Amino acid sequence: MSASTVIFYILAAVILGGGLLAVTARKIFRAAVFLLFSLIGIAGLYFYLNYEFLGAVQIVVYVGGIVVLIIFSIFLTAESGSDMKKPALAKVIFSGLSAAFGCALTLWLIKGQTFLPTLDPAVAPSIKNIGLQMLSTTQHGYILPFEVVSILLLSAMIGCIVIAIKVKK
Amino acid sequence: MNEIGLTHILVISTALFFIGVYGFLTRRNMITMLMAIELILNSVNINFVAFNKFLYFDKLDGQFFTIFIIAIAAAEAAVAIAIIINLYRNYKSIDVEDADLMKF
Repeated sequence: MSASTVIFYILAAVILGGGLLAVTARKIFRAAVFLLFSLIGIAGLYFYLNYEFLGAVQIVVYVGGIVVLIIFSIFLTAESGSDMKKPALAKVIFSGLSAAFGCALTLWLIKGQTFLPTLDPAVAPSIKNIGLQMLSTTQHGYILPFEVVSILLLSAMIGCIVIAIKVKK
Repeated sequence: MNEIGLTHILVISTALFFIGVYGFLTRRNMITMLMAIELILNSVNINFVAFNKFLYFDKLDGQFFTIFIIAIAAAEAAVAIAIIINLYRNYKSIDVEDADLMKF
């Protein structure tokens, strides 16, 4: 077993263990911290696959942005120290069964599938290539989605302010 | 033990997706449901990256899709948290069962 394989299994354990604890922890603040571990594990998986830019984006946006936002909203709304209500036993059983059956079906389909890689030469996933293709206006350029997503972020920002603003009565 | 390939990563993303589904079905607290949705979106991102890495390494499209999903997930989380804070002001609770004004 090579070191690379060991690192992969450690990353897998961090991702899945963190995710599992994030959806089952009884204290909401702990669930947020376990989610943080899972997201950091996913960033590690991107680094493991040599996609450094994506790993950096994952850490900056998810770990530095979304999880901090979630923790702030926990402090603003929920009682972070107290336990949450236990879900009903029937709900746990049926949700677990449906998730397990879906997981088994998907894994069975993956197992029967043969994946054929392309024969074309590889393109280096460097930041230079990503930037050039993202802002290119020629065919296969991503300038239009880039502009659309910037409009989306602006409208989401305005929408958040409008929704969360306190109306004086 | 053989080399880490596409199937290993697909197994991880499948397991993470259904962990997210389980959390979404069992949780009744809106913030924890949002966390489950983040897990589901991340498993989709892992799939895009894995297919780009192992099958279509001559293109960068999987990475672009991942970047755009991350951007949209950030916008979605911000809007969802604004809605949750507004709901907390009106109902003093973030339990989905308590917000039943529009229930028929």
